[in-house]
Amino acid sequence: MIPEYNNHNGSHKQGHTHVLTTLKQKFRIWLFRPKIESGTVTLNQRRIFILPTRQGLGFAFLLLLMLLGDINYNLSLGYVLTFLLGTTGMMTMLHAFRNLAQLEIRAGRVDSVFAGGMVQFVFHFHNIGTLPRYHLKLRDNNGHSVTFDIPAQQSLEVKLPLPAAQRGWLGTGRLTLFTEFPLGLFHAWSYLEFDTRCLVYPRPAAPLPLPASSAQSGAGMFNMAGDEDFAGLRSYVAGDALPRIAWKALAREQGLQVKQFSAQQGRELWLDWFLLPPLATERKLEILTRWLLDADKQGVHYGLRLPNIELPPEHSTTHRAECLRTLALFGLSGEPS
Amino acid sequence: MKLDATLIYGLLICILLVSAPHADHLLLWVNALCATLLGWRAYLAYSGNPLPPYWLLLTITLGSVGGLLISFHTLFGREVGVTLLILLATLKLLELRAARDAAVVINLACFIIITNFFYSQSIPTAMFMLATLLVIMTTWVHLQTGTLALQPRLRIAAVLLLQAIPLMLVLFVLFPRVQGPLWGLPQDAYASSGLDDKMSPGSLSKLSLSDAVAFRVMFNGKPPRRNQMYWRGPVLWSFDGRTWTPGRTARVKPAHLDKLDDSINASDNNAIGIDYTVTLEPHNKTWLFALEMPTHLSIPAELTYDFQIQQKSAVTSRLRYTAHSQLSYRANVEEEPRQLRRALSIPPDLNPRARQLAAEWRTSLHSDEAVMRAALNYFNREGFQYTLEPPLLGLNTVDDFLFETRKGFCEHYASSFVFLMRAAGVPARVVTGYQGGEFNDLGNYYIVRQSDAHAWAEVWLSERGWVRIDPTAAIAPARVQNGLAAAIPDSAGLPFLARTQLPWLRSLRFNLDALTNQWNQWVLGYNPERQFAFLTRMGMEAVTWQKMALNMLAGVALLVGLLALLMLRRLYVRNTDVAQALYLKFCRKLEKKGIVRAAHEGAQNFAARAVLLKPQYADAINDITARYLALRYSGQADSGALPALRHAITTFKL
Repeated sequence: MIPEYNNHNGSHKQGHTHVLTTLKQKFRIWLFRPKIESGTVTLNQRRIFILPTRQGLGFAFLLLLMLLGDINYNLSLGYVLTFLLGTTGMMTMLHAFRNLAQLEIRAGRVDSVFAGGMVQFVFHFHNIGTLPRYHLKLRDNNGHSVTFDIPAQQSLEVKLPLPAAQRGWLGTGRLTLFTEFPLGLFHAWSYLEFDTRCLVYPRPAAPLPLPASSAQSGAGMFNMAGDEDFAGLRSYVAGDALPRIAWKALAREQGLQVKQFSAQQGRELWLDWFLLPPLATERKLEILTRWLLDADKQGVHYGLRLPNIELPPEHSTTHRAECLRTLALFGLSGEPS
Repeated sequence: MKLDATLIYGLLICILLVSAPHADHLLLWVNALCATLLGWRAYLAYSGNPLPPYWLLLTITLGSVGGLLISFHTLFGREVGVTLLILLATLKLLELRAARDAAVVINLACFIIITNFFYSQSIPTAMFMLATLLVIMTTWVHLQTGTLALQPRLRIAAVLLLQAIPLMLVLFVLFPRVQGPLWGLPQDAYASSGLDDKMSPGSLSKLSLSDAVAFRVMFNGKPPRRNQMYWRGPVLWSFDGRTWTPGRTARVKPAHLDKLDDSINASDNNAIGIDYTVTLEPHNKTWLFALEMPTHLSIPAELTYDFQIQQKSAVTSRLRYTAHSQLSYRANVEEEPRQLRRALSIPPDLNPRARQLAAEWRTSLHSDEAVMRAALNYFNREGFQYTLEPPLLGLNTVDDFLFETRKGFCEHYASSFVFLMRAAGVPARVVTGYQGGEFNDLGNYYIVRQSDAHAWAEVWLSERGWVRIDPTAAIAPARVQNGLAAAIPDSAGLPFLARTQLPWLRSLRFNLDALTNQWNQWVLGYNPERQFAFLTRMGMEAVTWQKMALNMLAGVALLVGLLALLMLRRLYVRNTDVAQALYLKFCRKLEKKGIVRAAHEGAQNFAARAVLLKPQYADAINDITARYLALRYSGQADSGALPALRHAITTFKL
């Protein structure tokens, strides 16, 4: 009987708290209107919230003490001081609001990075008014923040560095733009959530030798070289064959250089998922990324073969970006093209 | 967060500014300790050395608290509280580790300002407070803005304060005032600069330099004449040659208020009596003041055998009571012989010349009244002067005064008169209290200040009882008729400024005095009654605190709205191009010389035409045009381009 009763009561309570949380959530949604935005956002009064800080509450308490002292000791000048401080404190609320109001913000282009690095999210702030803005802070939910001032009638590019922990798309999440200017008594803030995001490539593995040859080409890399026309010189890379070294250039004190032949452009290297030993997916992607970067550096035509995806060999910046993007997003669902 | 050195200097200056006014009444070792700590902190900020460890700070703190205990024997009270606060604020500076600590220091600084008002609330103090607040605000803004330069910080702080001033005025006028105090105060809460129950040469003249209010009186009906306004305080019986004291009061049958009607024989026809309300400022003493002679009092108090009103405990909060007094009376016509003997005793051996003079009067004159008149005539005819700064007296104070210096304040006259009477065998005693009062027509009440402190005499005459005699009136009738300022001749020891006859200096002094008076009346004296009177005069009917609060909120809302409009307007000022505005100014300069730019005319074409018309200014015109075009259309102007254009245009003269 008793457990049943308890259960009943418990479930009732649960239902109650549930209703409360839902109400709370609804209120928050009504108040803050969470929405991912694109384009330019102008901070109007609907978007700016103000609450006293802990220091502000402490100051109010101090003023109350002072007022009691004034009354008790009949200090007329004390009333003057207390009211002066009180109204100054009150006016800082308007100052804090004004410090944020009518700012125009838009998200800028973000450069991709490798996992483990820092993404520099870019935001363009435009201050149209004739009023300088002081000590604004942009902060994400994990406490990474950047502080800046914006002079009157000027634009400012603000970079918020966020750590890129893993590959894939990285958004900023909900950002808070806030200020406690001028006295730190009031916290004025606005939530910003832009559709800006950064593509994070897999972290490149530690340096590894490139795969010796590609299964498809069937021939060694270097066998094909030397038959075709001389195409120019490039810097020596450890592992280049001795016959290729441009001895004449060395004699001219141009450093150690290697002759390149046009046949090399036809040289193909497959970065093949299936040739890798059985490792974790992420590990495989890291190795492929390392190879891809090295192959790109060496000017090799490389192709990328992943389960269900195959990018034919090529050597160009767009190809490099395409391959890195494929690696970054491999196996991740919900990825928009 | 590491606090930078400039911020620390700012905080140091804040603490220095708020504690500096206290320096002259703090203990010497506290001053020295605070100065050392501030200097040490400044050095640490300058050199970048680490802050002292906690144990050292704790040792210093405990040591100084111990020192205070030894010096004051307590940790409660105003003086010791202020000292403690200043010491803690100074020590907090040595513990500045984060922005939070800096905020604490700033709050402490604000609080220490208010403690200064215990000692002074004058106009210079108010000015100093404003300056200190500006420094505190500037430092506070620094704490929030980090790297911002001093000038914009100063501007932000000044704007904050200037905006707050009108709001403060609304609050000051309309905030419903409460009659303090709200709770019992420590013993030293009030500077007890009031009347004492001891009187020696110099004690009253010192007191009469104080403007502090002793009490306020509102009369029901017609107020008495000024020369009837004797506010009775301590009655002094015993004289040791220099100092008058109440003496022993043991085994005397006390006279009660309800019995007073018997002892005061209201036989005079014009003695209707007078009703009035006294609001007594706390003076830390047990006696109350009333018009001579009091018969009824609205609060429980004891009427002593010599017509003083005594409370059981000292008056430590403002006290309000209504009283009834008879202006014409006969007091204690039947006096106990023991009391009359007390009223005749004088210290033997002292003042032989005064005794001799009294003895001559006694033998040559027949009645006590004649002796009394002889003494008053003596004061009147022998060149006595009434002065605030009487010369020092030797061992025989009465002789020295009567026969040598002949310059004195009321205590000299009262003291020597009573001495002469006693020496001549007429029972007499000294009465201290206040005489007169300043009428305040705004509130329709009288203000009695410490400067109205007075001493007079009472002699006992058979059939008439105790009769008031004011010997001061014999030599300075203006004192009793018109008050102290009228009675003191210009040269009598008043400060330099007061003696100077330069007209502009005099008018400056009078203006300053008027200003101080206004300040005292309107700012410092803005209490519940004045607030009530002022608001009534401003047209508010039936003033209640609810009405005041509503009006206050409305006023504040209105002002904040106005300020908000002014402040937020600047947000919407769209690109007014400064370069274009400057260029238009340049065009106006040319226009005055008849070179008018046509509406369709571009800057370059206009310049070419202007150069043709005024070839001697070709360089300047081309230079300005080139700068303007670069600024407006090239889109890559550096920060120096605009000031350069401004300079070129302002210096351009035709």
